[in-house]
Amino acid sequence: MRKLLGISLIVLLSACASQTTQPEVDDLTAGSGAGAGLGGSDLGGSGSGRPGYFSQLNDPNSILSQRSVYYDYDSYSVKSEYRELVLSHARFLRDNASASVILQGNTDDRGSREYNLALGQRRADSVKNMMTLSGARDAQIESVSLGEEKPRALGHGESAWSQNRRTDILYRGE
Amino acid sequence: MSINWFQSIRAASILLLCLISAHSHAQLNIEIFGGGASRIPIAIVPFADENKLQQSITAVIGADLQRTGLFRLIDPAGLSPHAPVEVVYPDWANRGANALVIGRVAAVSGDQVEIQFRLMDVAKKSQLTGLAITVSTSQLRAAAHRIADVIYEALTGDVGVFSTRIAYVLKRGNKYALQVADADGYNAQSIIEYTEPIISPAWSPDGKQLAYVSFENKKPIVYVQTLATRERRAVASFKGSNSAPAWSPDGKRLAVVLTGQGGSQIFLVNADGSGLQRLSRSSGIDTEPNFSPDGRYILFTSDRGGSPQVYRMAVGSSESGNADRLTFEGSYNVSPDYSQDGKSFTFIHRNNGQFNVAVQDIGSRQVQILTNSKFDESPSFAPNGKMILYATEINGHGILSAVSRDGQTRQHLTVQTGDIREPAWGPLPTWK
Repeated sequence: MRKLLGISLIVLLSACASQTTQPEVDDLTAGSGAGAGLGGSDLGGSGSGRPGYFSQLNDPNSILSQRSVYYDYDSYSVKSEYRELVLSHARFLRDNASASVILQGNTDDRGSREYNLALGQRRADSVKNMMTLSGARDAQIESVSLGEEKPRALGHGESAWSQNRRTDILYRGE
Repeated sequence: MSINWFQSIRAASILLLCLISAHSHAQLNIEIFGGGASRIPIAIVPFADENKLQQSITAVIGADLQRTGLFRLIDPAGLSPHAPVEVVYPDWANRGANALVIGRVAAVSGDQVEIQFRLMDVAKKSQLTGLAITVSTSQLRAAAHRIADVIYEALTGDVGVFSTRIAYVLKRGNKYALQVADADGYNAQSIIEYTEPIISPAWSPDGKQLAYVSFENKKPIVYVQTLATRERRAVASFKGSNSAPAWSPDGKRLAVVLTGQGGSQIFLVNADGSGLQRLSRSSGIDTEPNFSPDGRYILFTSDRGGSPQVYRMAVGSSESGNADRLTFEGSYNVSPDYSQDGKSFTFIHRNNGQFNVAVQDIGSRQVQILTNSKFDESPSFAPNGKMILYATEINGHGILSAVSRDGQTRQHLTVQTGDIREPAWGPLPTWK
């Protein structure tokens, strides 16, 4: 199901790129690389024309199928339990120069929306920094923030909040 | 996981963003709590012939005055003077009224109406002030707000804000509407509606434009929109996130927060989107800029000291990392907004997991916490500095609330359906 979510998000972003009427907007799908632009036609799952690495990314036995890093309250540091996950994606990007990712930082809904937007950016940036230090190239990674505006879990309480303090790793074209 | 899936389907189905400028039928309801100990007792007699109008004038005046928490309405039942010679002052003194409002309404021509009103001092048995205004019948509420302003100013010595407007974001289902309404919540209109989040509306100093942040292009971008024409332009759509717009007092520039050069940092940009200039320089988060009324300083939120706190920097010293930390109580103080006199600011203070509206005097650094709710956000001073508008939550729903500067009076503004958030109190109208 997580895979489906990722795919539909990328399709959403790709479809938007073709509709945008404001060229000055730095659209998130504007990345280069073999993966870019393939998503829209891949929803059917035929897989034809996709780079071979996607099967590796979605192998449930591979750590690469894990795409979310979770955080403590008010914190943007990557906890040790997510270190191997982030480093695995970094190595994957290093070894697949045509692959690229969008990192989306998120927060729970307590406190200032603007501060949470900045905190989400820090969360995404912290993952990006760890990846670039481990061999991924800067151009392969765009970090953005959704702040508290796109919660995965609704409602108040730690069970919802802990799911929303998160950076998602989305591969372009997946 | 099924919830996640549903959300993404829903996201895919809302690709077609629509610009809607239709009137919204959202009606704000107002409840008032508490009230100051020494409220001014005032009697407002329904104006002669106002029952022939679509809209009661005196009901609006009374509601305006009552919402401030500074007035107590005295029931005029049984007495109906409309001219000074008809006033029997001892009757009103016996009812405890210090002030009395009387008046009359007369049709002039077409849909024009003349409203005459007088504010009488019961103790001195004389007229304090009065006004005659001619308006079209579609402007009766505006006329009533203007009369309430005159009464408020005569009896308190402060500027009235009943003729101002507020902006806020209304979320209904998966739709986000940026709305503008009168200060009492009436005449709500959608300026723009999207199926992606809108945050951080900010009024231009002349009240003619709103800056805001829209996620319609899958990331935050700052737009400026002219209310009269609905025309809008992107003023900050750089790589990374663009957010937190704040107008300079002369309306020529905006402070915005950009992430394109690393971190979240404050920049200045001209109102037409040109002339980008970096203002803050830290390795952490600098956000939520807010100009002082004289334009010399910017308050902002920064985590440079390890936790989010309110800081102040001089606008002239561009690209300076120098800033004074202003808040020291607690580990979370955010969302600063200057009072009109520049002597204090309101902000959100976290204590024991609660987020509350607070005010700090800049000179003495004295802090007063004004609310006792759980999730307050986005405090915004009224242009006379007497009230603070903010967003809060009741039963899981976002509502607007206003609290008096002294914390004595609170009022809720609620809508029937949907969540209301991100309020910003507009400036005084230009004729004031």
